[in-house]
Amino acid sequence: MKFQNPAEEAAMPTYRIIDADGNVVDQSRDPSSTPAEEIIQWYRNMLTVSIMDLIMFDAQRQGRTSFYMVSAGEEGIAVGSASALSPDDVCFLQYREQGVMVQRGFTLKEMMSQLFANKDDNGKGHNMPVHYGSSKLNVHTISSTLATQIPQASGAAYALKMQRLINPNVPPRIVACYFGEGAASEGDFHAALNIAATKSCPTVFICRNNGFAISTASIEQYKGDGIASRGMGYGIDTIRVDGNDFFAVREVMLEARKRALEGDCRPILVEAMSYRVSHHSTSDDSFAYRAKREVEEWKRRDNPITRLRKWMEKKGIWDEDKEKEARASIRKDVLREFAAAEKLKKPPLRSLFEDVYEEITPEARTHMKELKELIEKYPNEYDLSPFEGGLKSLQ
Amino acid sequence: MFSCRRNTRTVFSKLLRSTSQCRSASQASTAARLNRPVDFKKTPILHQTQNSARAAFGLSQDAPVDWVNLHGAINTTLHHALKTDESVLLFGEDVAFGGVFRCTKGLADEFGAARVFNTPLTEQGIVGFAIGCAAEGMRPVAEIQFADYVYPAFDQLVNEAAKFRYREGSTGGNCGGMVVRMPCGSVGHGALYHSQSPEALFTHIPGLRVIIPRSPSQAKGLLTAAILNCNDPVIFMEPKILYRAAEEFVPRDAYTLPLDKAEVVKKGKDLTIISYGQPLYLCSAAIEALEKEIKGLSVELIDLRAIYPWDRATVMESVQKTGRAIVVHESNYNAGVGAEVAASIQEGAFLRLEAPVARVTSWGTHHGFIFEKFHIPDITSKHIGSSVSITRC
Ligand SMILES: Cc1ncc(C[n+]2csc(CCOP(=O)(O)OP(=O)(O)O)c2C)c(N)n1
Ligand SMILES: [Mg+2]
Repeated sequence: MKFQNPAEEAAMPTYRIIDADGNVVDQSRDPSSTPAEEIIQWYRNMLTVSIMDLIMFDAQRQGRTSFYMVSAGEEGIAVGSASALSPDDVCFLQYREQGVMVQRGFTLKEMMSQLFANKDDNGKGHNMPVHYGSSKLNVHTISSTLATQIPQASGAAYALKMQRLINPNVPPRIVACYFGEGAASEGDFHAALNIAATKSCPTVFICRNNGFAISTASIEQYKGDGIASRGMGYGIDTIRVDGNDFFAVREVMLEARKRALEGDCRPILVEAMSYRVSHHSTSDDSFAYRAKREVEEWKRRDNPITRLRKWMEKKGIWDEDKEKEARASIRKDVLREFAAAEKLKKPPLRSLFEDVYEEITPEARTHMKELKELIEKYPNEYDLSPFEGGLKSLQ
Repeated sequence: MFSCRRNTRTVFSKLLRSTSQCRSASQASTAARLNRPVDFKKTPILHQTQNSARAAFGLSQDAPVDWVNLHGAINTTLHHALKTDESVLLFGEDVAFGGVFRCTKGLADEFGAARVFNTPLTEQGIVGFAIGCAAEGMRPVAEIQFADYVYPAFDQLVNEAAKFRYREGSTGGNCGGMVVRMPCGSVGHGALYHSQSPEALFTHIPGLRVIIPRSPSQAKGLLTAAILNCNDPVIFMEPKILYRAAEEFVPRDAYTLPLDKAEVVKKGKDLTIISYGQPLYLCSAAIEALEKEIKGLSVELIDLRAIYPWDRATVMESVQKTGRAIVVHESNYNAGVGAEVAASIQEGAFLRLEAPVARVTSWGTHHGFIFEKFHIPDITSKHIGSSVSITRC
């Protein structure tokens, strides 16, 4: 009789292409042959996320928005993985993956419209800030409820697979599904992996393991060899990757996508290791549960943006002047869209009642009418000025 | 709108910050006369003086009382429960560092990680775990971080906690002693997933007790009873907007309040308003405005406290007297608690009714981020609700 003790097994390795100093460690995947313009664009996308994050965090502090979540330290996972996707692929996000949106072509104007919930917001003023979504980019709108998107990603991938069986002319597509290591404790995660494995769904599950779920450190979140070991248990091809290594994340995702679509299709689990440099959100002060020094050390030690920058500088395709110019121009663009979006009207009041059902129900019509009468009776009690169309939209 | 002592160590402090300090997703009208922020320093719902608190709890003139807010009162209650009964356990997401609303602050330090601890992020796990603890004789207090996130635990609550005793029959097995606490309700910018009040989903389930306190002193008595005395599973919903906003004098010594009794908060003779939790403050303000406007009018206000099983007798007695009733709650109109209360009044006091029972609730839609002020009941809508029901007679 032998009981297997997972502590006696070797931990799954962490895949890297470049080290913290920007030196190539996996020569077989040396990124040197990639065109410089492409790499610079990816780098700029990471910078965009990081600059926008700082501006929006401050904007919240100034009371100009109610909420924000930065993704500092995790830009490489989002941009790197998204750079390996096809525009047709479908994405389900958690909330710390603005890099996926930027990489897929969500414009700063679109981001700001969501953050300010103005009349151009795809979510029609329904959602809190950072809950992006875009049908054009095949990204489903983010839900605050953790992990619910994970089994949906299994089902969505099954749908894509079925559609190709019905019509082999549609291009092969995968579903990319993002979530945190905390969310991976939810039943939904386990159900998702199990059903994706049994139904051979082309889903790539990308777990951002940043060490924290609000205050809860990963040591209290799970035992065993991280989230990656879960994949093994469900019979899923799994890899652990260094989330600070842009090229490694990208190559892993390219390979994962390829494998997911091979033969009868199959799910893949990627565990991308990083560190949540920031507070959880603007509502959190993480120094209530972790030492400032720990964060400072992490920041100094490694970061996806600096790591790629070091590599680019070694290659001679980037320097201090280019960096300055890039930062200044991105900042300018962000601030321009910020100012424009903040000024715009809010979606019409009617939007409060829309999209509950495909058509507004008779009950909701009654409620709209009652609300209109209430506001007409007490015009001074309600400020309609921010809303496009004022009271008229309640017709 | 709410008190806003800035505490940078408070997670989700944002969710409780005043509308004047930062932009709420939907703006209050500056010209508003009725829809003014609730003045928590004046509202009669809270014990503004030491003697008011002593009188309410039948205490002597020198009984010690403390000025505390809702999260403070909950914290003291949890402290007392952990101290007096070693079978009490406390756990949930981020509970160890004090919880995102600070209700469990300091408790892990004092009572140790074996009794007060973080769980992995799994609500079905948290509630299932609590049921198991209770079934084996402990008194677990489980925290769900937001009521909006209780649904993964729905199966455990509806099929397990609620039916445990029934299933066990004469074995006597049960999961009494389990309390599931959760912050609920709107705060100004919580949108779809940080604003919900799902009590009606649980009041449909025999076997669960659903309690919503209106104030720190009520929370203390009700939560103490739920944890230490009650042998049925309790869902304890805490209106999170009140955590810091609602401050009052609270008796220092431990006490309990009944888990099946409504309370007449204000006496009246012409109209009964039935509510619970946060809207009671709005009801009180609306009544004040209405009684000023209509000379001689007197409105009775009832706090249900126990949302299920609920105290029909107190409500019926009041409506028999007044002949008119309005039910007010923040959660949706459709199949809400208001429907149950209105139907019961219709059954129990039909011949005495002088107007249809009215409901003032959120509409039958979701909690849209920038539309909160137009969605949830406010003083104006209750004002109008009252007028409608009065003029109809
Ligand atoms: C079902 C559910 N439970 C609880 C929460 C509250 N909550 C929001 S984020 C969070 C932590 C998530 O951590 P993780 O998945 O590791 O993602 P990270 O924030 O680290 O990116 C919690 C507990 C929620 N949004 N949904
Ligand atoms: Mg995390």
